[in-house]
Amino acid sequence: MIPYIIPSEGTNDLGHDSDLSLRGNGSQPVVRVKNLNVFAGEHHILKNINLEIPRNKITVLLGPSGCGKTTLLKCMNKLTDLYKELKVSGSIYIDDDDILNAQGYIPEIRQRMGLLSQRPFPLPMSIFRNVSYGIKLKGISDKKLIAHNVEKYLREVGLWEEVKDRLNQPATSLSIGQQQRLCLARGLAVKPHIILADEPTSALDPISSKIIENLFKELKKNYTIILVTHVLRQAVRLADNVVFMYYGEIIEQGPPERLFNEPATEKLKEYIYEGN
Amino acid sequence: MRKRKQIEEAIFMFLLRVSTYSLIAILAFIIVIIFVKGFGALNPDMVLKTPKGGFYYGGEGGVLNAIVGSLYIAVGASVIAIVLGAPAALYINVHLVRHKRTRNVIRYLLDALWGIPSIVYGAFGFTLMLFLGMNASLIAGIVVVALLITPIVVRTFDEVLSTIPIGLHEASLALGSTNTEMAFKVLFKQGLPGFITAVLLGFGRGIGDAASVLFTAGYTDLIPTALDEPAATLPLAIFFQLGSPIPEVRERAFAAAAILTIIILIISLSARILSKRYSRSNIR
Repeated sequence: MIPYIIPSEGTNDLGHDSDLSLRGNGSQPVVRVKNLNVFAGEHHILKNINLEIPRNKITVLLGPSGCGKTTLLKCMNKLTDLYKELKVSGSIYIDDDDILNAQGYIPEIRQRMGLLSQRPFPLPMSIFRNVSYGIKLKGISDKKLIAHNVEKYLREVGLWEEVKDRLNQPATSLSIGQQQRLCLARGLAVKPHIILADEPTSALDPISSKIIENLFKELKKNYTIILVTHVLRQAVRLADNVVFMYYGEIIEQGPPERLFNEPATEKLKEYIYEGN
Repeated sequence: MRKRKQIEEAIFMFLLRVSTYSLIAILAFIIVIIFVKGFGALNPDMVLKTPKGGFYYGGEGGVLNAIVGSLYIAVGASVIAIVLGAPAALYINVHLVRHKRTRNVIRYLLDALWGIPSIVYGAFGFTLMLFLGMNASLIAGIVVVALLITPIVVRTFDEVLSTIPIGLHEASLALGSTNTEMAFKVLFKQGLPGFITAVLLGFGRGIGDAASVLFTAGYTDLIPTALDEPAATLPLAIFFQLGSPIPEVRERAFAAAAILTIIILIISLSARILSKRYSRSNIR
């Protein structure tokens, strides 16, 4: 089990994993994908992907629908296990652990990554228990500590003031935008250092989308964010690093200024042209 | 063209209405017939007393023995079905998610078990009892009815679980759940309303079945006080009394049928209320 930070004296704060050595060297990439191939039957979904995700940056996986962005994201926390038809080979190193060929305990490696889906999937329980669920999975049973952290992470996503008087109500009673922020708080509560976000604003209205985007800008100080999107403008607004994918291949990658101003390939040029 | 579509729409709407309301009319007709025919015998004695001497010739008493026996068997069988059924359905939907062929074979076998007539279960139970040297008893009735209703519980719950969005599986696993934690802490909760319906569907089938308990639970005028004693059931009470040449006894058969119907209606209503209550937290 990953060690939980011992709360500092006089506080119930669980602290943050950024203090832990398991985060590794700040200059090293946090995720390294090597020779990743994914097949669905005869269909080659991801073709020999090699990729490094820089720490504490927003990396945007950009590309048209069906190009394999979501599959790549799901490979990173091995959720491809849920899909019988997918055959995955290669390596994905999260810090130094290869999650695809892990000798260790997969749930613990998954806890290093928070997941935000296209539409929110709150657990079938109360608002409070949605956030406390992951904390309890880490073996924490101290009620005060749990309550403190529930509040902390709900505050972190700007939801506390909106829900503090109805924590025991079902999470489904929240609006879609609030549910998405709840899912983000729930993911942060297990203290990941990577956030996997799969088109997290696609089901949201513009105001809720803006809130999530602003949150990402704040969160990147402490987290590495990998964001899947096909919306060019969102990539421009958020990306520190862009990976452009097309039909299962990485076509170009690099800083957004270079990719969007001087695309090296016709495919990206065409995508930018159509996007504009 | 528009006129033709309007006529088509009107005809199909009429047919749909007829199908729906004719089913409700049949249910109402059954209930009315049973209550009208059994009304004369529906009195407190009927539910509060066991059969006295000469009951089957029009003497005093009631069918308390059969009510209690039926409830014992249906509750006992439901408990076994819950214990076996919930883990089985969760296993199919969580651990066999990458084993489609195995999953399909299991589902096919469960469907086959569901389709086996209850008299076959009764005959199987009777053969087993002879082999074990057992007499007709409450425990034999419970076990055979459990075998009868478990496939119903598993497949109904399985169908509910299979409709849970994959996103909820992913959300749970991404938080660090093991498959078992996901199954019992998340998927079971999400499927709880469906599970309640499944159990009460099984309960309803179990309490209303005569053939499976005919050879296994036997029949007695007494309320069973131990698992190895025979137990009366409402379906058999109806069966035995309905064949009587005495009108008062036949009237009691309808009264017993009315009691069984009331129990099943209460169960159905409870299922709806409980399902609604537990579905408030569920994602849709």
